[in-house]
Amino acid sequence: MKVRAQIGMVLNLDKCIGCHTCSVTCKNVWTSRQGVEYAWFNNVETKPGVGYPNDWENQDRWKGGWKRHASGKITPKQGGKWRTLAGLFSNPNMPSIDDYYEPFTFDYEHLQKSPEAKTMPTAQPVSVITGKKMKKINSGPNWEEILGGEFEKRSKDKNFENTQKEIYGQFENTFMMYLPRLCEHCLNPACVAACPSGAIYKREEDGIVLIDQDKCRGWRMCVSACPYKKIYFNWESGKSEKCTFCYPRIEAGEPTVCSETCVGRIRYLGVLLYDADRIEASASVEDEQNLYHAQLDMFLDPEDPEVIRAAKAEGIPDSWLEAARRSPVYKMAIDWKIAFPLHPEYRTLPMVWYVPPLSPIQNAAAKGQVGLNGIIPDVKSLRIPLTYLANMLTAGEERPVQLALERMLAMRAYMRGRHVDGVAMPELLERTGMDTGMVDEMYRYLAIANYEDRFVIPTSHKEYAENAFDMKSSCGFSFGNGCSTGDSKTNLFVSPKRKNLFGGTHVG
Amino acid sequence: MIDQYYTFFFGLYPYIALSILVIGSIIRYDREPYTWKASSSLLLADKGLRIGNILFHIGVLFIFGGHLVGLLTPHWVYAPFITAEQKQMVAIVAGGIAGVIGFVGLTILVFRRLFVARIRQTSSFSDMAVLLLLWVQITLGLTTIPFSLGHHDATIMLKLCDWAQSIFTFQPGAADYIKGLAWPYQSHIILGLTMFVLFPFTRLVHMLSVPVKYVWRPYQVVRSRMAKR
Repeated sequence: MKVRAQIGMVLNLDKCIGCHTCSVTCKNVWTSRQGVEYAWFNNVETKPGVGYPNDWENQDRWKGGWKRHASGKITPKQGGKWRTLAGLFSNPNMPSIDDYYEPFTFDYEHLQKSPEAKTMPTAQPVSVITGKKMKKINSGPNWEEILGGEFEKRSKDKNFENTQKEIYGQFENTFMMYLPRLCEHCLNPACVAACPSGAIYKREEDGIVLIDQDKCRGWRMCVSACPYKKIYFNWESGKSEKCTFCYPRIEAGEPTVCSETCVGRIRYLGVLLYDADRIEASASVEDEQNLYHAQLDMFLDPEDPEVIRAAKAEGIPDSWLEAARRSPVYKMAIDWKIAFPLHPEYRTLPMVWYVPPLSPIQNAAAKGQVGLNGIIPDVKSLRIPLTYLANMLTAGEERPVQLALERMLAMRAYMRGRHVDGVAMPELLERTGMDTGMVDEMYRYLAIANYEDRFVIPTSHKEYAENAFDMKSSCGFSFGNGCSTGDSKTNLFVSPKRKNLFGGTHVG
Repeated sequence: MIDQYYTFFFGLYPYIALSILVIGSIIRYDREPYTWKASSSLLLADKGLRIGNILFHIGVLFIFGGHLVGLLTPHWVYAPFITAEQKQMVAIVAGGIAGVIGFVGLTILVFRRLFVARIRQTSSFSDMAVLLLLWVQITLGLTTIPFSLGHHDATIMLKLCDWAQSIFTFQPGAADYIKGLAWPYQSHIILGLTMFVLFPFTRLVHMLSVPVKYVWRPYQVVRSRMAKR
């Protein structure tokens, strides 16, 4: 057993209102620079839909994630090492900018400078890449917002597999949910495996996956290897960039920007302990539907004295073990089993998990035609099809998602009984394996969602590894040689001098 | 005056160029690792890049290896197996085929860089310059083929080999081997050495980053703060 700690995230989709605050604050902090205008380290998609970039869940097309061979070995789906190297000159699975969208701004100046005319002046779109006017904006980062567009297009959503999707095109049966997405900081990251330069790495202390910008040579293999398409190629710097899990904040014990600013309080951050020796075996299990269970089995009980002893032997600080015992992520994913990994079938063992959303009861059920299980409605009569959620969260296995939804419904019914009707009905809880203690805690975490319950982030212990005196007045976060004393305005080494339409160049 | 021309360009310039190549690359790798990259434009326009880039790289890598082996292998090493005339024919045929492949690929890349708006607008001066110089260089290289076909005794090839080997073995009078050679040979050499000079200052440095270590590296990479100390 090799114990490692990771900061994991859970998003409670039941409470996501799709306001994009996470995306916007993330963008302002991390990607409001030339070269990554099109990149959203965090984006919110309306599901069903093909998402951003276009059709990202279709791994037959993009070849992201891992592939299990008959021998039981797994290799990146886009190919093993030699195949990866053969693609250096032209990566066949790389999305092009049009699969994301051509970043644009508008010619606002024209609104002021237009000569007098019969019609109102308009601000035409201008491409941020070419600086030229665009005839038409064909796509955007959230092009399908609230089911925008026709059903035929969004029905290409891979999660419709094994459903009779045509009926969801009918107005009466239509459904939607929001899916905020960011880097999954996987336990078995395909991007790391595909990087020929060895520039991408997982941090042992907190599990954050980062790209060493000085080592990245821009071979682009990570972009295609990541099944979530959460690595973006900066066309200006020629390097790949990705969500950093706001590591400077995490190190200081603060939540990521997306979590901090979430107005719906849907995000949770906490420590998970796992057995690093079991990564390969867990990612290689034969049946895709067992991947979720295999990953669950990797997580270690932070109360177990054996685990605590092994963790201390690995040098995991006490404050981290304490945080692991109070981890909201552990509670939701392991104790209550209401949170699930996004597309475990990609075999990357993702570490950003999701609580599936409840949805209104179908008309038929409300009229009493579809079964009610006592007071709790049958989850099969929820508007969002169970199969759809299961395809997204458990490789199609419906039972775990069903249990999670039932627990949430039971919690609501029980709490409503207690607070509104003034009668506690513990029998509601029994069928879903809950007790009053658990439901009280679930209610506190899900409904009240206090800041200190949502974010249990131990500060990093740099003093174990680094000499704090040497770090005094040292360079903070910068790109390239940002804090070099040898920096001059005339850079010999191809520093960009182009005009920046998006505002703000990187420090060259 | 003509003597000075030969002494400078074929006697001194090679050393200047190689020094800049080596020292410049080391300094850049050390001081500006963030700028060390392949500078791919695949994301912005994949049409044309896919075929053009593959053809160009296959051609140019073959030619590069051919120049290295062909110019720097001493005559006595291959003499027991192959005559100089045969070696010249191999060089002309194999180099010619690879040259044409590289030329076709490069021409596609030049067109793409000049006429695809997204690429044109995001190209730096150095991106343009390197591409166009490479195109001129490969054209000059192909131009030498008819001159070489004009005679089958391989004297020119042997002179060029002697020149290159003299440079690397620090023999005096290396420039004398070039005297009297036709203009495409001379300009091809001068431009080639100039590419060496430009090498550390452009995207060309990415060719030093062939990711060979990837082959025996484990798939997963984990970095630890503790391990650093």
